[in-house]
Amino acid sequence: MKNTIVILLLATIGYYLGTIFFGIGFGDAHFANGVKDTYLALTTSELKVANTVTSIVVNFRGFDTLGEVTVLFLAATALGGILYKKRHAVGERTVLFPASSIVKSGAKLIFPAIVLLGAYVFIHGHLSPGGGFQGGTIIATGFLLMLLAYDNFSVNHNVLSFIESFAGIFFVAFGLAGLLISGTFLENFMPVGTMNDLFSGGVIPIIYILVGFKVAAELTGVIYTVLHEKD
Amino acid sequence: MDSLYKMIEYGIYSAAILLILVGLYGALTKKSLIKIVIGLSIVDAGIHLLLVSIGYLKGGTAPIFSPGYEDKADIMVDPIPQALVLTAIVIGFAVTAVALSLVIRLYRHHDTLQIDDIKNLKW
Repeated sequence: MKNTIVILLLATIGYYLGTIFFGIGFGDAHFANGVKDTYLALTTSELKVANTVTSIVVNFRGFDTLGEVTVLFLAATALGGILYKKRHAVGERTVLFPASSIVKSGAKLIFPAIVLLGAYVFIHGHLSPGGGFQGGTIIATGFLLMLLAYDNFSVNHNVLSFIESFAGIFFVAFGLAGLLISGTFLENFMPVGTMNDLFSGGVIPIIYILVGFKVAAELTGVIYTVLHEKD
Repeated sequence: MDSLYKMIEYGIYSAAILLILVGLYGALTKKSLIKIVIGLSIVDAGIHLLLVSIGYLKGGTAPIFSPGYEDKADIMVDPIPQALVLTAIVIGFAVTAVALSLVIRLYRHHDTLQIDDIKNLKW
């Protein structure tokens, strides 16, 4: 009975999604004269940023990104709150079997390279594909690898929350500086430089680097909290 | 060339809609809480694929003005869905993390992951 209802519901949803999207068509310029052209034009003429996605995420929709970072922060905090334990009850991680020495030496060898790649991705977020969120996630995977290989590897929670709060406060500080200097919150108030330079785009690379640090610290914190969970 | 685009259109939209339906089916019918969370993640992936593919332009390039592409703005794909999906992926991660932590909490309290055995979660 329940299965029939579910399949009927799914068939309805699938039918309507299908008619809508096959009606729109694939690859046609169906949003001509839309907001897309304005964004593409302003990105080259005003902001001098190569990556349009970055300019949308950090500049045109910067307030959105501030909210997104806040949601991520709230999720990390809620995770800690839901998995709350008394301080003395936090024990060693339960390890089914220890990692072999190949995994251990390999992880130690590749960990700096992963962190370097993550830093590269978020520093060049305004020039090439990538940015703060992607780079931060890459760095967090490096920490995940180390946590999986070494069962006594630990990250300092105070340092993580310090980086998190530092990056968040400076994000808001740059927004307020834009408000004071140019009159709009998160306004790009610094000189934009020339296209395709590392130091171009005004506050965009700075904010994306801060976002990278914040995301890396938050994701590492989430992984660490869940791995040290035992019942 | 045109029939190829037609094929990609049908393939990519069907794949995205199928992912959404598979995820919803899993979330609605499975009994294990972990499987329900996995189902919600699959719905997420389907929606992201649908949103990104709607911004595609025939023969378009990535919306990045790298050297040599400074004046190619008219053949660039729509960057707005990509920026929105970037946001959606992060929010999806946050939702999955919180949901899994709630599952851990429920498991600690009830010693089971089957929703049938947890009385007040049954539908």
